[in-house]
Amino acid sequence: MITLAHFLTLGAVLFCIAVAGIFINRKNVITLLMAIELMLLAVNTNFIAFSRFLGDASGQVFVFFILTVAAAESAIGLAILVVLFRNRATINVDKIDSMKG
Amino acid sequence: MTFPLICFYLFAAATTLAALAVILVRNPVHAALCLVLTFFSAACTWLLADAEFLAIVLVLVYVGAVMVLFLFVVMMLDVDLDPLREGFIRALPIGIIVALVMLAEMLALIGVRAMDMPAVPDPAAAAGISNTTWLASTLFSQYLLPFEVAALILTVAIIAAIPLTLRHRTGVRMQNPGKQVLVRPRDRLRIVKMAATKPAPATEEANTP
Repeated sequence: MITLAHFLTLGAVLFCIAVAGIFINRKNVITLLMAIELMLLAVNTNFIAFSRFLGDASGQVFVFFILTVAAAESAIGLAILVVLFRNRATINVDKIDSMKG
Repeated sequence: MTFPLICFYLFAAATTLAALAVILVRNPVHAALCLVLTFFSAACTWLLADAEFLAIVLVLVYVGAVMVLFLFVVMMLDVDLDPLREGFIRALPIGIIVALVMLAEMLALIGVRAMDMPAVPDPAAAAGISNTTWLASTLFSQYLLPFEVAALILTVAIIAAIPLTLRHRTGVRMQNPGKQVLVRPRDRLRIVKMAATKPAPATEEANTP
């Protein structure tokens, strides 16, 4: 029998892999975006599990909205990435420091 | 161990391994392909949780559109990979430590509450309707306004992404169809009135040899 803990564990493992990915790929913007997608997937898995085990449709509706916003986010993020690469010819995060923030 | 549980372990293992490959492989194209596998395996686990509509949407929208967009961009950019991999080994221990501590904390929290949570029967199947109908009845009644706002967000994203990547080139000879349509005949064609015959010029030098 699959319990709620199985799904939550899968979500936690995915989230931690994504956090480790952000730590070890600090320079590559593409991999950073992919790690963010992985985090969203982990959160979505948690939402689906809770929706199933509490019998509430709101969790799945939220996953729907998260998918929408994540699609918009990655479209804009990739557009910014293309513009960045066109102007600077690099996607290294360390080189994108002209604002000195 | 029941058959669904075995399937869940298989799908979860595929998801985890593919996610590890996403953050560890060197080539971004391979990372994007591993991310496709991750999403597909996660969609399989969602199917086991009776979320059929969202599992199909994940494959169609995410794997079909967003990941293909990722692959397009990754293949289009000619990225020099060596400087991006500097510091990979140096950051590896701290990344592993942080991730493992977070994982231990989350697993402890999960173990406290979730193990003895009784599973309710699938509410959609109990009501005799499909998962899509069940989801839609909530989405289009209780969450109608957020649904419209989500559509607006997608429109704004399209409109924002196009001017970001639009490039105005100067010095390129291009046709302007608007000007072409608006042109009038008298701008292009000049009608000149002139006599049909022309008197021969009086050549005085020819008459006086």
